[in-house]
Amino acid sequence: MQTMFHTLHAFMLHTKSITYLLVGGLLIGFLLFWFFLTGRDDEDPQA
Amino acid sequence: MAGGHFSRGTFQWRPFHVIVGLIFLAGLIVTVLRFTGGLGTVTNLDDNNPWGLWIGFDLLCGVALAAGGYVTSAACYIFGLKRYHTAVRPAILTAFLGYALVVLALHYDVGRFWRLPYPIFVSQGTTSVLFEVGLCVFLYLTVLFLEFSPAALEWLGWKKVRALVVKLTLVLTIFGVILSTLHQSSLGALYLIAPSKLHPLWYSGYLPVYFFVSSIFAGMSMVIFESSLSHRFLHRKMDERHIRESHDVAFGFGKAASFLMISYLGIKLVGLAMDNTWQYLASSWGGWFLLELIGFVALPAFLFAVAVRDRNLKLLRFSAVLSVLGLILNRFNISLIAFNWHLPAAERYFPSWMEIVLSIFIVTLGVAAYRFACIRMPILYDHPDYS
Repeated sequence: MQTMFHTLHAFMLHTKSITYLLVGGLLIGFLLFWFFLTGRDDEDPQA
Repeated sequence: MAGGHFSRGTFQWRPFHVIVGLIFLAGLIVTVLRFTGGLGTVTNLDDNNPWGLWIGFDLLCGVALAAGGYVTSAACYIFGLKRYHTAVRPAILTAFLGYALVVLALHYDVGRFWRLPYPIFVSQGTTSVLFEVGLCVFLYLTVLFLEFSPAALEWLGWKKVRALVVKLTLVLTIFGVILSTLHQSSLGALYLIAPSKLHPLWYSGYLPVYFFVSSIFAGMSMVIFESSLSHRFLHRKMDERHIRESHDVAFGFGKAASFLMISYLGIKLVGLAMDNTWQYLASSWGGWFLLELIGFVALPAFLFAVAVRDRNLKLLRFSAVLSVLGLILNRFNISLIAFNWHLPAAERYFPSWMEIVLSIFIVTLGVAAYRFACIRMPILYDHPDYS
C-alpha cells in the first residue's frame, strides 16, 4: 500500500528516514561482504 | 607464442572467415539500404521511439563495455598496480575498437556523416548533455588512438615516434579517466530528461552515478571475458609472461568487480528509497527489475567472490559473462524495454531484423579487427625490441 504524502516535508522525512536506516544496514553489509571476499587472501594459493 | 609473428603465410579459408564474410555481406547490404532508402527502410523507429537498438546496444553497451580501457590503464599507471600491465594493451585495444565502432554505428542513426564534426567545430550546443557526450567521445577516441598507437608503431618499426608517444602515457591515462568519468555518467544523464517515459523503477536522479559505476565493473568483466577468449583462440600469440600473469589479472579484477557490484546494488536500493518507488516492486515490472538486480548484479557479485576465494577460473569467467549480460540488460531496460513503458503494445518498439543484422555486423567488425590486431601487433606479447 502506497503511503500518502500531503507535503514535501512529509515525503522527505519518510524517504530520508528509510534511506538512513538502509545505508546503516548497507555499511554493515559491505563490511561483511568484504570479509567474505578477502577471507582467503592470506592463504597460500600454491598450498 | 611462436617467434614468427611477423611471418606472412599463405591465406587459408577457415569457418571463421566464411561466417565473418557472410555477416559482412549482410551488413553491407543493410548499409546500402540505410543510406539510399533512409531510416524508415531498415528500422522500426518512429516518433515515439526515435532511438532504438543502434543507440541502446551499439552506443550505450559499446561505450560501457569499452570501459575496461580506462579502468585498466588507471589501475596500472595511476594507482601503480603494475601486475595489471599485461592487461593494458588488450583492454586499450578493445576500448579503441569499441569507441571507433560506436562512432561508426552512430553514422547509421544520424546519417549525413559529413556533418559529424558540426557539433564540435561549427555549432556547439554547450547547454546540451548530448554535446558533452559527443565532445568527450570525440576527445576520448583521440586519446585511445594515441594510447593504442605504441603497439601499432612497434609493429611498423617506427621507433622514434613510438618513444615520443610512450612519454605521454601518464598524461593520456589521466585524460582518459577524466573524459570517461564525464561521458559514462552523461550517458545516464541523457535519460534524466524523460521522467515521464522511463519506468519509475529505472528512472532516478542517480542515473549518471549508476551508469558510471556500472561501466567500471562491466569494463573489468569485459577484460576477464576477452582474456578468456584470447586464451582460447589466440593462445599461440601470447608469450609466457602474458599467460602466467593473466590469471592473477583476472582474479584481481574479479575481486574488484565483485565489491563494486555489491556497492552498485546498494546505491540502486538507495535510489529506490529516495524516490519511494518500492510499491512498483510488486508489479510485473518489479519482477523484471528484480531479475536484473538479483540475477545479473547480486548473483555475479556473489559468484565473483566465491570464484576469487576458491581460485576457480571457470566460475570467474562465467561470472564475467553474467556481469556483461547484466550490463547489456540494464542498458536495454533503460533505453528500450522500460522506456515508453506506458504505451500500448502496438506502439512499442521492437527492432527490425535489419537493425539486428547491422548490430551483429558492427560487433563482428570489432571481433575481426581485434583478431587482426592481436595476430599482427604486440598486444598479447612483448615485442622483443622493446621488452
